Formats: sequence, C-alpha cells, structure tokens
Amino acid sequence: MGIKILTKDIDVPGIQNFQVYRSYGGYNSVEKALRMTPDEVVEEVKKSGLRGRGGAGFPTGMKWSFIDKKSGKPRHLVCNADESEPGTFKDRYLMSKNPHILIEGMITSSFALGANLSYIYVRGELMYVVNILQRAIDEAYANGFLGKNILGSGYDLELHVTCGAGAYICGEETALIESLEGKRGNPRIKPPFPAISGVWSNPTVVNNVESIAAVPYIVNNGGEEYAKIGIGKSTGTKLISASGHINKPGVYEIEMGVTVEEFIYSEEYCGGIWKGRKLKAVVAGGSSVPILPANLILKLANGEPRLMSYESLSDGGFATGTMLGSGGFIVFDETASIVHNLWNFERFYHHESCGQCSPCREGTGWVEKILHKFLDGHATMEDIDLVADVAKKIEGNTICPLGDAAAWPVASAIKHFRPEFEWYVTNPEEACKPGAYYTGDKLVLA
Amino acid sequence: MLDNNIQFSPEALNLVNKYIAKFPEGKQKSAVIAVLHLAQAELGGWLKPEIMDYVASLLNIKPIEVYEVATFYSQYYMKPVGKYVIEVCHTGPCWLRGADELIAYFENKLGIKKGQTTPDGMFTLKGVECLAACGTAPVFQCGMDYYENMDNEKVDFFLDKCRQENKVSRPYPVMN
Ligand SMILES: Cc1cc2nc3c(=O)[nH]c(=O)nc-3n(C[C@H](O)[C@H](O)[C@H](O)COP(=O)(O)O)c2cc1C
Ligand code: FES
Repeated sequence: MGIKILTKDIDVPGIQNFQVYRSYGGYNSVEKALRMTPDEVVEEVKKSGLRGRGGAGFPTGMKWSFIDKKSGKPRHLVCNADESEPGTFKDRYLMSKNPHILIEGMITSSFALGANLSYIYVRGELMYVVNILQRAIDEAYANGFLGKNILGSGYDLELHVTCGAGAYICGEETALIESLEGKRGNPRIKPPFPAISGVWSNPTVVNNVESIAAVPYIVNNGGEEYAKIGIGKSTGTKLISASGHINKPGVYEIEMGVTVEEFIYSEEYCGGIWKGRKLKAVVAGGSSVPILPANLILKLANGEPRLMSYESLSDGGFATGTMLGSGGFIVFDETASIVHNLWNFERFYHHESCGQCSPCREGTGWVEKILHKFLDGHATMEDIDLVADVAKKIEGNTICPLGDAAAWPVASAIKHFRPEFEWYVTNPEEACKPGAYYTGDKLVLA
Repeated sequence: MLDNNIQFSPEALNLVNKYIAKFPEGKQKSAVIAVLHLAQAELGGWLKPEIMDYVASLLNIKPIEVYEVATFYSQYYMKPVGKYVIEVCHTGPCWLRGADELIAYFENKLGIKKGQTTPDGMFTLKGVECLAACGTAPVFQCGMDYYENMDNEKVDFFLDKCRQENKVSRPYPVMN
C-alpha cells in the first residue's frame, strides 16, 4: 500500500463532522501556518514541488508568488471545484467524503496569499456537494477557524461556497471568474492573468480542489517531506479517477511513479480489464488528452515501462505519449469502438464550446458531424483527413485551451487507430452493426 | 414586465439574502446563478421571462443581465419541462458502461424519447454531459440527488418514488 495523504482518513466514520476531523489532526495546519509568515508558507509549498492538479500541472508555489501584492487591492483565492472533464471524478469524491480537508486547505492557502475573502466554486450539478461544503464551512466558523481574528492571530478570512449551473467551460479559470461574477462563462483574453486581475479585477489565484487539499500535509510536514514522495518533478500523491472497462472503477490515491501496468492490473487499483478481455486503449488524463493504444500506454517508445507521472506519461510528446492531465484514466477493452468514442467526445466539445471563437464554435460542430458519417456508414476515405484537418485548424486559434482539448483527441485517434477509421469506410455494413467491433490484424492488444 | 403574482416565499427570500451576503457590497449580481436555481425550484420549474424579470428586480440588475446568464447554462430551462428532469449522463465513460441502455430503458418505461416530456408533465428525459461520476456509471442526476450504478430495478424504484412524491424537483443551495 502506497502512502495516502488526501484519502488517509476518508473512510473514518463521521469524518464529515468538524469534531471527528479535528480529532484526527484536522486543522493543525491552520494553527501552524498562523505562527509562520505568509511568505514562509508559500516557500514550503514551493519546496514541495506540488503541481496544479486541475490539468495543466503548473507549480502551485510559483503561481502563488505571482499574486499582485503591490497594488494593495483585496486578494482572493478561488477553488476550482467545477470538475467536468470527462473521466474525472476525484474532486467530487474528496469533497463529498471529507469536506473539511478542503476547508482546511482553503484557510491555510488563503493565509499564504493574504486573501481575506475566498470562494469555492462548485459545478451546479453537484448541488448536494455545495450543501455538504456549506455545513463544513458553518462548522469551521462556529469553531473559530473562519471569520474575524482566527484563533486570535489577527488574520480574518471569509470563505463561501458558490455554484455554477451546467457548463464545462466554467472550469477554465477565467470563465470560472466570469461565472463567479454572475455572468456567462466566456473565457477572458490573457494577459492580464488572474494573479493581476481576477475576480472583480482583484488579484486572484485559482486552484483545483486536489491542489488545495494537499497544502495541509505540506504545511504540517514541510515541503521537503512532500517532495520525497513521488518521482522526479512529479512529487507527492495523485488522485486518479479510473473508469471504463476495468474490474474496479473508482478513485485511487497513488504515489506518483507507480507503473501504468501495475495501476491497470493490480488488485490494489483497477483490478484488470473486465470480463477477462484484453486492453485496447487508454485515455490517461481526462477526455482532452491524446488516446494511446495498449502497447504505448504500457511502455515508452524505448521499451521501458511507462509510469504514472507527468514526465513519463508525456514521454514521446504527441507522437508516442500523452499527458497526466486531470488524472481521468479511461480504459477501453478490445470491443470498444475508438471511432464511436471519438464522436461521443466531440459531441461533448461541440456542446460545451462557449461560442466566442469561430474556429472552436464552428469547428467542433463540423468535427462532430463528419465523425457521425462514420457511424452512419456514409464516410469516405477523404473524411479521415478532412476531420483531422478541421481539428488542426481549431488548435491554437482560440482564446482558451478548449479548442486544443477538442483537437487533440481527434489527431491522436486517427494517428494511432487509422485502420479502424478505414474499416468504417470500406466495410460500413459490418462496422455499423450493433455489437460489432474492429479486429483488424494491425490492432495491438495487451 | 414585472408580474405581481410572481413572488418568492418569505423563506426563499431569506435564502436570496443569504446568497447575496456571500459577496461584497455592490456585487450582488454574483448571486444570480444561485437565485435562478432557487427560482426554478420555487416558481414552477422553469424560467419564464416574468421570473427572470423578477430575479433582476431582486438583484437590482437589468433583465438582460439575467437573460444572458439563463440562456448560457444547461441547468436552466427556457421552456416548460417535467416536474422531474432526469439528466442521464451520455458521455464516453458512461457510454462504455451502459448509458445507451439506461436511456433506452427510460425511453421505454416513459414512452418518450430523449429530450421529451411525458404528456402528464411528470418527467423530462435529458441526455447530459459527464457528471463527474464516471466510476459509478451509468448515472443520472435529478433534483438535488445523484443516482449511480443504475440498473433497471433501481430505475423502477426511482420512478415510483417520484410518482408518490409528485412535486417539482430542482437543485438549489440550502443554507441554515
Ligand atoms: C476547458 C477547460 C476546462 C477546465 N476544467 C477544469 C476543472 O473542471 N477543474 C479544474 O481544477 N481545472 C480545470 N481547468 C484548468 C483551469 O483553467 C486551471 O488551470 C486550474 O483550475 C488551476 O488550478 P491548479 O493550478 O491547481 O491545477 C480547465 C481548463 C480548461 C481550458
Ligand atoms: S461520463 Fe458519465 S459521469 Fe462522467
């Protein structure tokens, strides 16, 4: 069993209640941080090597050090609990089972940033989680960990939970800020970055739930201790949301550096491919990252085992690698249709495009339509290159990275599974039969 | 146009004030998202223009500012829908584990297609995008609740429970 930081106490009965959480050492990091200076707390987070768990993996301590302190404007910490990347469900798991770990992290982190008014923004579908967090916040106020003069330190913090109302794009940090201001979730043009001008034009840091929940451990044990866990620049533990064709879907906290093979096949984690079938492909970091066939997800191009870490998953670039992303690990068995799944993902991006940028608004629609021709049995060989071309023209041409997120799955699916697309063109009757699946001789299974 | 028949209950108005109090003075517009959720829950299940105008008046913002928001987010309904809106996840990971079959079962039981409402106004069946519950697929969300690891038996139980309760079910932030 690897080390558990975020999920250590998650199954303790009653851990949702302040007193129980406190009796397990909860809120100790607030007491400790309040005896330090804010800069000292930032320093520990820098030393920890913690990287943002929302998808981009940007170093958290460095992000914090960018926040504008000179202007004298109020500062805000906003927790991104929009969790909508297909395949990702770790934040919901953590917040619903152990809400206080997030509240504690918010207090300690807000102190480090000099923020006196902070928010947790939760997607609107997760209203029951909004209500769980609200209760936890109320308890923290009642016990003197929120409000004025926390524990007599002179530090004041107001913390609130707010909600969205259904929009993937609100997970993008500037769209989230717009939404928090009560507007449509249209991403902003950067710069200025939120660290300079965020909520109500005030300096703002946006961090993922899992990033913030790691802060109490880092403050309690020191950044160096955290940095000893994991491998290379992938320090600490990571919550992986495992879904699809595996025996044991669920959220697993792994120490970075576990091999992909162990993660998929060991009883401790996914427990292998379901129904005794073979592995065909994996989307390792949420729907937006490149899909990899079985051989490439298990091994690097040089034959070494691939590890669950930022560096190892992206090894080989987009030619033979992918990304850790949000840690949404979606597994496909031998019967899964890569073409159908791609169409499904692209319907998602089309639906979720905010519509500001023409390449994304129009491009995702065309990608979805062209892909549907394959499922209808009407696609031609040219359509394979056409869909790749349309996706390519979205990439890099939009205000926010949703355009890239929509394009990468197309490029990678065609790159690694082209014969399957061709099969839909040459054998439409066979390919479109319910229950049919591709078994061409170029297919690599594991 | 303000319609005097559209009014929150005193309890709901109390909630509105709590939503507004989460934001600094003058930033009450930020509360619009929560207030619109509450409006759907309290005032008939969908956002007819008069309701949006009422929300604008409560928040002291222009009606257009409410329309802009209401038409952007997928949880707001711009047309009448059923008392229960069954939001079934149809995204990749759920599709891999039976989302299509779950939707088909609902269609069959309710005699409607995805996107439609039963003639008695009880149920609307909607396909939605990833609900952050892919590990317990297939799933749907309805009102405040998530329904996970769904099978036919659980669906039957759910539908019976709704028919017994028979009231508009929409999510909104609860506060003490
Ligand atoms: C389209 C899109 C959707 C995103 N969705 C989320 C999300 O649901 N949760 C999240 O934490 N970050 C999401 N992000 C990343 C955020 O913009 C941001 O990088 C992140 O919240 C920063 O936190 P971190 O540094 O702790 O990872 C999304 C980005 C994009 C472009
Ligand atoms: S795909 Fe259905 S909950 Fe994520």
